[in-house]
Amino acid sequence: MAMSNLQSPDIETAPIIEEDDRDQPLYKTRDKVYPKRVSGRFRNLKWFALIALLSIYWLVPWIRWDRGPSAPDQAVLIDMDLGRAYFFFIEIWPQEVYYITGILIMAAIGLFLATSLFGRIWCGYGCPQTVWTDLFMLVERYIQGDRNARVRLDQSKWTFEKFWKIGATHLAWIAIAMATGGAFVLYFNDAPTVIVDVFTGNATLAVYVTIAFLTFSTYLLAGWAREQVCTYMCPWPRFQSAMLDDESLIVTYEGWRGEARGPLKRKNLTRGEVPETGHCIDCRACVNVCPTGIDIRDGLQMECIGCGLCIDACNDIMDKVGFPRDLVRFDSVQNTQLRAQGKATRVRIIRPRTIFYAAILTVVASVMMFGLLNRSVLELNVLRDRNPLFVTLSDGDVRNGYTVKLLNKEQSLKTYELTVSGLTISDFQIIGQTPNQKGTFDLEVAPDRVGSFRVFIAADPSALDGDATPFEFTVTDTETGNTETYDTVFAGPKTDR
Amino acid sequence: MPTHVEKDQVSGRETTGHEWDGIKELNTPLPSWWVYVFWVTVIWSIGYWVVYPSWPTANDYLKGMFGTTNRTQLHETLNNVAAERAPFMERLAALDVTEITSDPELLNFSMAGGKAIFADNCAPCHGTGGSGNPGFPSLQDDAWLWGGTLETINETLHVGIRWDANEDTRMNDMPAFGRDELLERDQIDDVVQYVLHFTDRATDKAAADRGAIVFEENCASCHGDNAKGIQELGAPNLTDAIWLYGGDKATITETVTNSRRGVMPAWEGRLDEETIKMLTVYVHSLGGGQ
Repeated sequence: MAMSNLQSPDIETAPIIEEDDRDQPLYKTRDKVYPKRVSGRFRNLKWFALIALLSIYWLVPWIRWDRGPSAPDQAVLIDMDLGRAYFFFIEIWPQEVYYITGILIMAAIGLFLATSLFGRIWCGYGCPQTVWTDLFMLVERYIQGDRNARVRLDQSKWTFEKFWKIGATHLAWIAIAMATGGAFVLYFNDAPTVIVDVFTGNATLAVYVTIAFLTFSTYLLAGWAREQVCTYMCPWPRFQSAMLDDESLIVTYEGWRGEARGPLKRKNLTRGEVPETGHCIDCRACVNVCPTGIDIRDGLQMECIGCGLCIDACNDIMDKVGFPRDLVRFDSVQNTQLRAQGKATRVRIIRPRTIFYAAILTVVASVMMFGLLNRSVLELNVLRDRNPLFVTLSDGDVRNGYTVKLLNKEQSLKTYELTVSGLTISDFQIIGQTPNQKGTFDLEVAPDRVGSFRVFIAADPSALDGDATPFEFTVTDTETGNTETYDTVFAGPKTDR
Repeated sequence: MPTHVEKDQVSGRETTGHEWDGIKELNTPLPSWWVYVFWVTVIWSIGYWVVYPSWPTANDYLKGMFGTTNRTQLHETLNNVAAERAPFMERLAALDVTEITSDPELLNFSMAGGKAIFADNCAPCHGTGGSGNPGFPSLQDDAWLWGGTLETINETLHVGIRWDANEDTRMNDMPAFGRDELLERDQIDDVVQYVLHFTDRATDKAAADRGAIVFEENCASCHGDNAKGIQELGAPNLTDAIWLYGGDKATITETVTNSRRGVMPAWEGRLDEETIKMLTVYVHSLGGGQ
């Protein structure tokens, strides 16, 4: 024990409690949250986000996009076997994975920007954990009833009614979870084909394992873990405060007019009369609807996902008791303070912080757009043989070997002419190919494929400039005239020069 | 475990009782299911003791339910690989080496397999890329002592070179003209000048002229009248730029004086037929195949 080494006088005077007297446990059983049904502006927004996002998730794989006979006609598809990602008119090859990096950077900065402007709207509306939990709660409410009914059901003895209600809820959850896992594999396979394969037992093991894993994780996270994912697992709530400032729009409680809280009776008011202060009647409507089970009147806290359902709940009560609305409101901390002092409020979207985030976002988006618009449809890569560097032939010439790779990123069969420039050569051969009349080679590359060719070039040592003579390969699309060059060297014996 | 618990005045929460340089940790309770998951993993680990080999005993060790060992796993993996290769191997066995190259799939298979076999068996002498070493010919150039076609390469691989254990081995023997006193020292110098003259490197014209007669009498029977070599006999071309042991005057003199007797093992019996075919295709593709 290091108790003797106390430095803070506060703690010095702190009461020492024996271990047995600990009233705060080291491990906490979960306080189950029973969110109450609510309606209003924010709930409507959340329904809209739920329907839109789930529709995107389940419907997008079914959109068709004609790319010709050589490529899949699914608009959004990641083909792992072939190493291609398709997104409508965009096609990404594995070596272009930096586009994914760019998208991730944009997603991160976009999240920072949205958070500094509107608080954790991602958590409240967009995050899959929120969306699926919301859907699971909807099912739960449909089968078991609203908050009070659910609390009663949980506390009641095991009867047939309880058994079928709980059972039906879990079966419905598992069904949704399976549909969720099932839809995920559609993004990696041709949707109509794989769905038939899955039901006929012909899909690959990877498909079934993926579906099983996502079914399990969806059921576990949206059915059981729920808000604990946000409070215990997710790192985002831990550092979101770095993006927020006094002017960020968040879910706030107008404590200056809410307090002192207390039941309506104790305020000795008649119906329709508005008190000077103490608008909060302590009905706990805001707590009852909260999907993470917190009290927003305690101020901004890590558990708050910024969904605004408490605003809807409070407004409903305020309307009923005839007090002004928006006791809990979507506003900045600064405005709450200004309003408390009777000053004019303001909402400032353009702040140094938001300018900074927007600037980074613009730069990254511009770079991405530039890259995408100037994406080459033909690439030439040359791998020079290093073992050996060169071969001396019987006539005294020196030969070098190269592996030339031609990347045809178009959806049609292409013929490319391969030429050598910058070097006087005595022989030019490609394994399995015959030269054209000009002595160069016309190489065919199948649509959307890489053509790999073994090239041998020989030169008289007197034509070489030392042990490494620079020269270049040039490839020309015989139809469009589009060219690519690749600088490489021709190795020869060391000379005394 | 700390024996005392205290309350933090600012937050009103208990501390865990742990302290580092005056900094104390607030007690933020972990969800209890987290702890249960931990215990489940502990219980799960017992399953490993039962299923897999685990504890040592006095003379042995617990074998586990299925007797898993790394060795059996290795054999399983190797058998799986062999099973995957089997259809290719069957086709290889049925075809002649010259027919393999016209089947792109089989060619691809042979190239990949040949590369690995080459690295295991041939690279120590011929180099990893087949680029050769002094005394061990380069397989990438266009000069072949015993022939560079698929058939001749295949034959050489089967029987080896000067490999006494194989009856059909490629065999020739250049006499040690100096050591066995078949030629005088002057005669050797003359014939070396004559050999150098084919590649325009003779330094003594008169000696080269004298050497022509020595060559005619002693060397031409194998190397040919024009010194371009005779492949059936494995006699090298002396007029090109490629020298197995080196083409400078001193090395050629050494060769004529003491002879050379490079040996390559016969791979027949050491590697199976299919493997030799794959190797043939690979060597042929290195750049010198005819």
